Amino acid sequence: MDIVTLIIICVKALVVFAAIMLTVMAMTLAERRISAFMQNRLGPNRVGPKGLLQPLADGIKFLMKEDVIPSGVDKPIFLLAPVMLIVPALMTFAIIPFGSELHLFGRAIQLQVADINIGVLYILALTSVGVYGIVLAGWSSNSKYPLLGGLRSSAQLISYELAMGLAIVSIILLAGSLRLNDIIIQQQGHFLSWNVFKQPLAFLIFVVAVYAETNRLPFDLTEAEQELVGGYHTEYSSIKFAMFYMAEYANMITASALTVTLFLGGWDIPLMNEAALGNLGVLLSVVSFVIKTALFLFIFIWVRWTFPRFRYDQLMRLGWKVMLPLALVNIFLTAGYLTLTV
Amino acid sequence: MTIGVTINSLPVINSSTSMYRDFGTSFIFVLIGIILVAVPLLLQRILSPRRKTAEKMSTYECGEDVEGPAWVKFNIRFYVIALIFIIFDVEVVFLFPWAVVYKELGLFAFVEMMIFLGILALGLAYVWRKGDLEWVKYSVPYGRGRYRKLTIIEETPASPAPAPQETAA
Amino acid sequence: MTGSFFFYFFAAVTLTSALLVVLNRNAVYSAVLLVFCFFSLAVIFLLLEAYFLAILEILIYAGAIMVLFLFVIMLLSLGREKAQEHFRYLQRGLSLFLVIVFFLSVLIIFLSDSGILHQPHGTFTAGGVNALGEALFTKYLLPFEVASLLLLVALIGTVYLAKRKV
Repeated sequence: MDIVTLIIICVKALVVFAAIMLTVMAMTLAERRISAFMQNRLGPNRVGPKGLLQPLADGIKFLMKEDVIPSGVDKPIFLLAPVMLIVPALMTFAIIPFGSELHLFGRAIQLQVADINIGVLYILALTSVGVYGIVLAGWSSNSKYPLLGGLRSSAQLISYELAMGLAIVSIILLAGSLRLNDIIIQQQGHFLSWNVFKQPLAFLIFVVAVYAETNRLPFDLTEAEQELVGGYHTEYSSIKFAMFYMAEYANMITASALTVTLFLGGWDIPLMNEAALGNLGVLLSVVSFVIKTALFLFIFIWVRWTFPRFRYDQLMRLGWKVMLPLALVNIFLTAGYLTLTV
Repeated sequence: MTIGVTINSLPVINSSTSMYRDFGTSFIFVLIGIILVAVPLLLQRILSPRRKTAEKMSTYECGEDVEGPAWVKFNIRFYVIALIFIIFDVEVVFLFPWAVVYKELGLFAFVEMMIFLGILALGLAYVWRKGDLEWVKYSVPYGRGRYRKLTIIEETPASPAPAPQETAA
Repeated sequence: MTGSFFFYFFAAVTLTSALLVVLNRNAVYSAVLLVFCFFSLAVIFLLLEAYFLAILEILIYAGAIMVLFLFVIMLLSLGREKAQEHFRYLQRGLSLFLVIVFFLSVLIIFLSDSGILHQPHGTFTAGGVNALGEALFTKYLLPFEVASLLLLVALIGTVYLAKRKV
C-alpha cells in the first residue's frame, strides 16, 4: 500500500464523515421546518437567513448546558452507550458506494470508503450491534423509564432485524453477490431494472423494517412521550443527549442510503451510461445518489406526521406474524421464479 | 468467482490485501466515532456550569420522589422473544451463502432450502400456535372487536395451553 | 509483518477482555466485555481471511446471543448484585479442573501430530461465502438439513421451558 492510496482513503473517510455530519445538522433543521410546514406553522426561522444557522445555535446551546449525571447512574456504561450507538451507524456508511468510479491522474478511485465483498452481511452485523447502545443506555440510567424504553426497543430491534435480513436475501438471490457494487451493477439499465420494481414486496418489508430499526414513527415506541417520557435517553442531558439525536439521524441517513443502494440502483442513473461521460458522469452519479437519499430522508419526516404510533402488541404482531412470514414467502417466490426462468 | 469486478475500463485491484485494507478502513470510523463523542464531552466539561443539588441528581420520576430501585424484574416474554430470535437469526445466516450460489446450483438448491425453511416454518407455526408471539396473553370475554384483547381480567391457570385467542388474522 | 502485529494486538485484547469477563463481579460489565472479546475475535478471523466467519462472530454471538445474555441479566436484576459467595469453591474447583483438561488435550494434540494445526485447509476466496455455499449445499447437505431439525428442537424446547414459568 503506497502513501497515495493511504491519503486517498483518509480523504474519502473524512469527506464521508463531514457529509454525514452536515446532513445530520441539515436534518435537524429540515425535520423542524418540514414538520412546521406540514402543521401550518413557521418553525425555527430566526437564526441566520431562513433559520439556516439554527443547528449551529442548537449545538452551542447543547455544549453550554449543564451535564447532569444523576446519582446511582452506572457511569462507564452511561458514557459508552452513545458511542455504541453512533459507531455502527458511521461504520455502515463506510461501505456504501456513493458514486461510480472516479478517474484522476490515471488512478481509478472508487467513491466508496471501503469496498467489502461481503458488504451486505457486514451491514447486518453492524445493525445487530446497534441494540447495545439502547439497552445499555436504558440499563445504566438507574431510572424506570429508560429501562423500559431500552427493553422495549431492543425487543423491537431484534424482531424487525429478521424481516430486514430476509428481505435482503431476496435481493442477493437476484444479484448473486454480497458486494454492494455488484448489487448496483445488477440494477443498471432502465427504471424497471431497479430492485424496487423487481422486488416490490421485499422493498416494502425492508422499508418498514428500516423504520422500526431507526426507531422512527410509527415505530418510536422507545420514546413514546405519553408513557415513557424520553425512553432510553430520559436521563441524558446536554451534549450526551445531543449525541443520541446525532446517532438517530446518522442511523436514518445510513438507512436511507442503504435503501437507495439496495433497491433504487444506488448512484445509477437510468437510461444513461455514466462511464461514457467521464468524470462528469461520476459527478452526476453522486448527485443522483444524493437526490435519492434526500428523497428517503424526506419520506422519513413525511411518515412521521402521517401515521400514528403503533401499540406495542401491534408492533410485535406485525414483526413476527406479518413481516416474517411475508419475507419467507417472498424468498420462496423469488427462488421459485428464478428456477423456472433460468 | 472473480472478485476483481471491472466496473468501467480500469480493473479494480481486489486481492486479499485490499480486503485487509477495506476492513481496516471501516475501522477508521470507530476512531472517528470515539473522537466524535470525546471531543464534545471535553468541550462541554470546559464550557458548561456545574451546580449539583440533591434534587437535580435524582432520576426522573414525574417529579415525585424516586420510589424503589429501577432494576425491576421484567416480563419473561422478552426473554422468549430473544431466544426465538437467535434461532431465526441462525436460519437467516444460512440463507446468505445459499442465495449467493443459488443461480449456480439451480433447482437442487431450491428444493434443499425449501426443506430447510419448511422445517423452520414448522417451528414458527408451533411458536405461533403456542401463543408465544402473542403479546397480550389474556382475552376479555366480553370484549368485542378491537377491544377483545385489551384488558387483563385474571391470571389463567398455567397448566392448560391457552386457547388460541386469535386465529391468523 | 503488519499482519502479525495486528494479530498479537488483537489477541492481547481478546485475552484481556476475556479475563476481565471472568474477573468482573458485575454481570452487565462482564456481558459488555464479552462483546468486546467477540469483536476482537472477529478481527482475528479477518486476519485469517475468514471474512464470513468474522461477520458471523459479530452477527450471531455479539448481535444475538449477547443480547439474550443481557436480557437474562436484566430479567434476573443481576446488574447491581455482586456475585454471590455460595458455590464459589465448587465453581473454582470445577473451572480449574476444566482448564487443566483443556490444556492437556491441546498439549496432546500438539505433541502427537504438530503438522495439522499449522496448515489451513484450502484457501479462502471472497470471504469464503461462495465456497462455503457450494460446500454446504452439495457435500455437507445432510448436516445442513439436520441443523434445521436441531434448530426446530431448540425452538420447541424454548417454548416448553418458557411455558412452565408463565
